[in-house]
Amino acid sequence: MAPNAAVQQQPLFTGLDWDYRDVMRVYDAIERIAHEELELDVYPNQIEVISSEQMLDAYASMGMPLFYRHWSFGKHFARDEMLYRKGYTGLAYEIVINSKPCISYIMEENTLTMQTLVLAHAAFGHNHFFKNNRLFREWTDAEGILDYLDFAKGYIAECEERYGVRAVEQVLDAAHALMSQGVHRYPKPQTRSLREERDREIERVRYEEQTYNALWRTVPTDPDGELPGGADPVEQRMQRLGLPEENLLYFLEKRAPRLEHWQREVLRIVRHVAQYFYPQKQTKVMNEGCATAVHYYIMNRLHENGQLTDGAFLEFLHSHTSVVFQPEFDDPRYSGINPYALGFAILQDLRRMATDPTDEDRRWFPEVAGSGDWLGVWQHAWREYRDESFILQFLGPQVIRDFRLFRVHDDADEPELVVDAIHDDAGYRAVRRSLAQRHDVARLEPDIQVVDVDLAGDRTLVLEHRVSDGVTLDPGEATAVLRHLANLWGYDVKLYEVDPETERVINEFPQVSPVAPVA
Amino acid sequence: MVNIIDRRRNPKGKSLANRQRFLRRAKRQVLDAVNEASGRRKVTDVAGGEQITIPADGLHEPSFRKAAGRGVREHVVPGNKEYVVGDTIPRPDGQGGSGGREGSPDGEGEDEFTFAVSRDEFLDLFFEGLELPDLVKRQVKKAEQYTQQRAGYSVSGSPSNLNVERTMRNSLSRRIALRRPKGEDLQALDEEIDRLERAGTEPERLRELIELRRNKQERSRAIPYIDPVDIRYNRFDHVPQPVSQAVMFCLMDVSGSMTEDMKDLAKRFFMLLYLFLERRYRHVDIVFIRHTHVAQEVDEDTFFYSRETGGTLVSPALAMMRDIIEDRYPVSDWNIYGAQASDGDNTPADNPATTRLMADGILPLCQYFAYIEVGGGQAFHVPSDLWRAYDRLARSESPLAMRRVQTRGDIFPVFRELFTPAELKG
Repeated sequence: MAPNAAVQQQPLFTGLDWDYRDVMRVYDAIERIAHEELELDVYPNQIEVISSEQMLDAYASMGMPLFYRHWSFGKHFARDEMLYRKGYTGLAYEIVINSKPCISYIMEENTLTMQTLVLAHAAFGHNHFFKNNRLFREWTDAEGILDYLDFAKGYIAECEERYGVRAVEQVLDAAHALMSQGVHRYPKPQTRSLREERDREIERVRYEEQTYNALWRTVPTDPDGELPGGADPVEQRMQRLGLPEENLLYFLEKRAPRLEHWQREVLRIVRHVAQYFYPQKQTKVMNEGCATAVHYYIMNRLHENGQLTDGAFLEFLHSHTSVVFQPEFDDPRYSGINPYALGFAILQDLRRMATDPTDEDRRWFPEVAGSGDWLGVWQHAWREYRDESFILQFLGPQVIRDFRLFRVHDDADEPELVVDAIHDDAGYRAVRRSLAQRHDVARLEPDIQVVDVDLAGDRTLVLEHRVSDGVTLDPGEATAVLRHLANLWGYDVKLYEVDPETERVINEFPQVSPVAPVA
Repeated sequence: MVNIIDRRRNPKGKSLANRQRFLRRAKRQVLDAVNEASGRRKVTDVAGGEQITIPADGLHEPSFRKAAGRGVREHVVPGNKEYVVGDTIPRPDGQGGSGGREGSPDGEGEDEFTFAVSRDEFLDLFFEGLELPDLVKRQVKKAEQYTQQRAGYSVSGSPSNLNVERTMRNSLSRRIALRRPKGEDLQALDEEIDRLERAGTEPERLRELIELRRNKQERSRAIPYIDPVDIRYNRFDHVPQPVSQAVMFCLMDVSGSMTEDMKDLAKRFFMLLYLFLERRYRHVDIVFIRHTHVAQEVDEDTFFYSRETGGTLVSPALAMMRDIIEDRYPVSDWNIYGAQASDGDNTPADNPATTRLMADGILPLCQYFAYIEVGGGQAFHVPSDLWRAYDRLARSESPLAMRRVQTRGDIFPVFRELFTPAELKG
């Protein structure tokens, strides 16, 4: 099946220790297979060797090599460090960054077998996915991200100098609380790259400083502004403010009446970061599945070629199996579906269907079964899908049986849970649909929108949570976030929870006033 | 093309700034925890680093989340063994039950939060905002502390202090004022002469130019590019640095009436005081005096670590303190502080002498005198002899402060109270 399996080559390495020449040699061997056999298309790679302490550092700032400063990162660092030192958790073997060049961090402690695995996994698997998947192509700017983060770090440091650490921290706290409501979920025409954003901001500040005229401050302004009269003031207001708006950070940045320019820019930075990470949230299964399938293929091919010794291959299999291990629901280790396991299983199943189909496969996946072109199917899936659509499209009965998946109906009003679909003919589709939904970030996160602002009155900001399946917000958390929101908005904030089917208000949070407005 | 970079040599502690922000943010909780931790540890390692646990509230990062235990959810779970459609499963109560964790798939739980602080961080937190009260600059000590301060420019100095910018500025203005020919003018002139010589058409003008060049060259030689009068040096003044000298007297009762517990408390207090002074004040002398029925001036090791016992007389210790002040620490030059720890037990006959010594000999000399009474933890406190005696003194306008310490947990708050500057107390 493999094109040149017959050629036996010398093992790439035999020992555990490694130096740069070893890594280079291994990289070249992997690269050949990745390009020639898997036809991967990757960003140029940059591999950085780091120590475990630096790995912890990287953990703390969302895995990015540079990031602005905030106490919450210090908190995460302190916790990760403690967990690591006490041996509760191990460290990741690698971290990979969606940037161009694609940066992979590898740990100095790893054996050469592990480095081989990590290179195949991160430098080729993830890298290919970052470069080719539609979500990343459309939503992230791999080329600009590091420059933008550099700018963000500098900008926030400068704000801290100018306006005080406390003031900046307050805005960042509030912005972080709204981070998952700070993304555009639906595409708008691609506007500017992050590099342009940065240049524009620098230009904007320079222009304002150059044209600053103290005299203008003395001109009295009308604090309320004038509303032009119209037929339907509510309609007109909604249109003028661009409501409803689900990207709360975007709305505040553009519309909050009392924010200073720099505060808007800070919101903008947090929003851009959230948007950059949004595709990663939506493609955990696929991203890890892709990387795992790639490393599995490459490691097997290296072994077949004789480039990997049996000992090294066994070491690899040991790590690989623990990575794709899926504990069962009654296992104490169980903590949800393992994205590595699920993604890898689906991709392997697709490969099996393409080369060795059963009758069932022909019924379920007529276009894949027996086509022989498993790589084409993989490449297509990697390019065009996200977790939710990927599962909905490609999760086959074989994998459902292998995982022994079943669906539990959990109605909080009922005393008991009900099993309403299992891994049989009657249940496959139901299980698949529900599993896909559980990977739909837009469904997992509450749908909260700005629906109105009382412009003529006290400027109360009105939010609406469109409740799905009767799952309302956690009241404590919501109130805390509303407080942050009110501080940014500068006036009162109201939140309703609405049943989208009946448009009936289920729950109304008490109106929150700004306690410590940032402006 | 691949690039392999070794980052291991990069500076560590990239998240140090974040950590500092975090500690500042968590200050109140961390302080409480540090306080608690300080009571737990042995007296000899009060100053070590510490693992502390703080509650997560206040450090919580809220977000809009879906509430657990409401509405309708559909979980897909792996590992079915026996269930068929229609089976019911009792609702797992809370966490830990099978499938129960599915209840909060989006939202990590956060409880208590444990992390380690280093020795320096620990002490910084410990002593933050504390000060010796009324530290006044009694006398500027001569020749001990000088700092260099910029004081303009001078025409003489060592070459290393040459101020190039000033020097060149002077040189330039002098050259302009005296119309020293510029280098490029001379060069242009040279070229012109060259050209004319080769052409040989205008001998008259050539002669003129050669004459001009001779003049200019002479002038240029006569007026140097940099003249000694141009040269300026950075000038530094030695400014005496006012040093306020202070001495702290640590008086500890080690008599037989003090139980091991009480001695432990007293030592803890002095250990804190010692660390505090060492860390904050470079120019503080510390005198250790311990007493039974006799007083002894000892070094810090003996003070903290040796064991001794005997009867109780307070006045010899005070007398010794007074004598030492007379001998070595003239009041005109020194800020004097005292801290005394005792169980309050004193031979009754000694009380009048003690009171007299305090009132006449010690308190008038002191900026501040802290008296710590360590108690064995009786529920109801009967004022001790010493306490009653001092209490009378404390009432009048005197620098005497008195506190009781019952348990280890009290030490840190009492310590903070004694050394928090008045303006911060409000």
